[in-house]
Amino acid sequence: MKLVLSGNEAAAYGAMLARAEVISAYPITPQTKIVEKIADLIADGRFKTEFIKVESEHSAMAACISASLVGARTFTATSSQGLLLMHEMLHWASGSRTPVVMVNINRAVAPPWSVWADQTDSIAQRDTGWIQYYCESCQEVVDTIMQAYRVCEDPRVLLPAMLSEDAFFLSHTSEIVDLPPQEELDAFLGTYEPDVRLDIDNPRSFGSLSMPHQWYPEFRYKIQEGMEHAVEAIERVDREYGSLFGRSYGGLLDLYRCEDADTVIVAAGSMCSTIRAAIEELRSEGVKVGMARIRVFRPFPTEAFRALAKDVRSLVVLDRSFSMGSEGAFFSEVKAALYPLSDRPDVRGFAVGIGGRDITIETIRSIITDSLRPDTGITAQKWVGLRRCEE
Amino acid sequence: MKKTIPDIELMERGHQACLGCGAAHAMRYLLKGLGPKTIAAIPACCWAVIPGVYPYSCMDVPLQYVAFETTGASISGIEAALRAKGKKEGTTVVGWAGDGGTLDIGIQALSGAVERGHDVKYVCYDNEAYMNTGIQRSSATPFGAWTTTTPVGTTKAWKLSPKKNIVEIMVAHDIPYACTASVAYPEDLIKKAQKMKDITGPCFMHIYAPCPTGWKYPPEKTIELARLATDTCIFPLYEVTNGKYRITKRIKDEKKKDVLDYLRMQGRFKSLDEGAIQSIRDHVDFEWARLLRKEECFGEEQ
Ligand SMILES: Cc1ncc(C[n+]2csc(CCOP(=O)(O)OP(=O)(O)O)c2C)c(N)n1
Ligand code: SF4
Ligand SMILES: [Mg+2]
Repeated sequence: MKLVLSGNEAAAYGAMLARAEVISAYPITPQTKIVEKIADLIADGRFKTEFIKVESEHSAMAACISASLVGARTFTATSSQGLLLMHEMLHWASGSRTPVVMVNINRAVAPPWSVWADQTDSIAQRDTGWIQYYCESCQEVVDTIMQAYRVCEDPRVLLPAMLSEDAFFLSHTSEIVDLPPQEELDAFLGTYEPDVRLDIDNPRSFGSLSMPHQWYPEFRYKIQEGMEHAVEAIERVDREYGSLFGRSYGGLLDLYRCEDADTVIVAAGSMCSTIRAAIEELRSEGVKVGMARIRVFRPFPTEAFRALAKDVRSLVVLDRSFSMGSEGAFFSEVKAALYPLSDRPDVRGFAVGIGGRDITIETIRSIITDSLRPDTGITAQKWVGLRRCEE
Repeated sequence: MKKTIPDIELMERGHQACLGCGAAHAMRYLLKGLGPKTIAAIPACCWAVIPGVYPYSCMDVPLQYVAFETTGASISGIEAALRAKGKKEGTTVVGWAGDGGTLDIGIQALSGAVERGHDVKYVCYDNEAYMNTGIQRSSATPFGAWTTTTPVGTTKAWKLSPKKNIVEIMVAHDIPYACTASVAYPEDLIKKAQKMKDITGPCFMHIYAPCPTGWKYPPEKTIELARLATDTCIFPLYEVTNGKYRITKRIKDEKKKDVLDYLRMQGRFKSLDEGAIQSIRDHVDFEWARLLRKEECFGEEQ
């Protein structure tokens, strides 16, 4: 079935098609349409689920974790301030090994108030033990929700996942979305049946105290093992989804026109569509440029970057966030992944589109022109297009 | 002889509470009332430690340890998931939190859960301070008490504000059932727990749970002290069913003990002067009179 859906509506349909059994969410711009659409689908009798209209995002995540421990498939959605409020519970979800799936609308963090696209909110959650996907299209949102449940509920992974969509550029942009038949999705996903759960017939405790000499480090290490398994699971599930439904997204790192590229742009989210258009222009002018879209940031596509780096002269990394006092996380992590290679490409970093500032084809072209200038050695990350006070 | 307390034990021996811990008794009695088909959620508090260190536990019911402020939300999630799975029928979901986790940091999640009307039971064991972190004041700490953050000092810097009335806050939510209970009156506590189990919808129980470590009294005095709290009308036992008040432990005027008997037993009140003691006495009398009036005006029909 094909429908015209915004990124927000795609998220709501994704939750319905995945048959999320418990949903617990709190509204925030620009995510509100997700909770409203879910409420509509339930009110119209199309979606049978328990929707807890909680009083905060912190409670939203707490309720999802507990519901998941009972054995329910759970879903939530948030953005920016809401995601930051959840931070404590994000750690709780991964520590509890609950495969909660969440859509996050990437929105700037206040102050000053801003509701526009910026990835600081989700990048700031990178150490919470969550798998992180970044989507480029509304279609990818639906498809990735399906894939995420398969990956997260894999007993060797058992971790939560967040899917990010850029505020407005994706959340409020409508496109034709193909929804696969429910029976086929049911067959693809199966039901969630955890081995251990909160169960009166088999009383167990979840999350009891553990001393330094007992099992705490081992529990943490097992989360890392889950992440390592996730690398394989994400690739496999994406391929399987492709063979069943005709769409796959390159696993962790989505490569575009990289075969003969000298320069590869690294980015995530909605700007990648603009980058594709810029690449077409640049290619027609003879510039051999491609793109590596970070589709999954956690687990980090370390191996995929190393493989890519073999044949590339330079990587141009674009961050729509910035770690104050350091540099953009993508820039840092790409460099870290490549460090063990003896023959490394030149890596340059640009902070761009912060707080939703528009990224045009022209923006991308000017970044590439800047990067093609002769090697100036190790370069600090540049903030693109900053205004000056006199303006 | 007819037994007044059920034999069933769902809290085993081998817990880690201090000697004389009121909260340990409270859990044991509560579970006797709720029975084995119970799922519990416990946030950060003494009771996050009492059951034991992984992989040991004194608890015979399934238990999720939850974040400090999330008890209300966590039990909402458990209840919703049980319903989604068709397993809610016959299962009791209970949140068990300290006064800090209930009256302070967890009050938002509790309020949300009760307002939404989940079929959950929320039990607050009240030891009148943050004990797990070493006796800091909470909004349940009564006027006049010493804690490490109301340290008296040389300026009478004891707790200056009154104790928050959580049962009235619950009543203001139109909750189907709210009650107080005490470890000194186990039959009353268990009867109320059984009542909660049989009600569909949110219920709240506020248990008075003396803490020898934090209140500075000998551990063998826990039950005596709890009994005095009720007999002085400092902690009256009552229940509110659909807005109707009923006092379950009636204290006759001539039997009512003086607050001084209660205060004198505890080191945390040792610095109080006459004026402070009198103001506690006045406050207790006022609150007790108010409760009697509530029962009179909004009691169950005789
Ligand atoms: C978010 C958060 N803040 C603070 C703490 C530290 N903390 C743990 S237990 C506790 C006090 C608990 O007090 P109460 O709920 O009254 O239970 P008690 O320990 O007295 O039994 C505090 C402050 C925490 N675990 N989490
Ligand atoms: S500090 Fe008080 S409440 Fe905590 S275990 Fe000891 S006696 Fe019980
Ligand atoms: Mg306490």
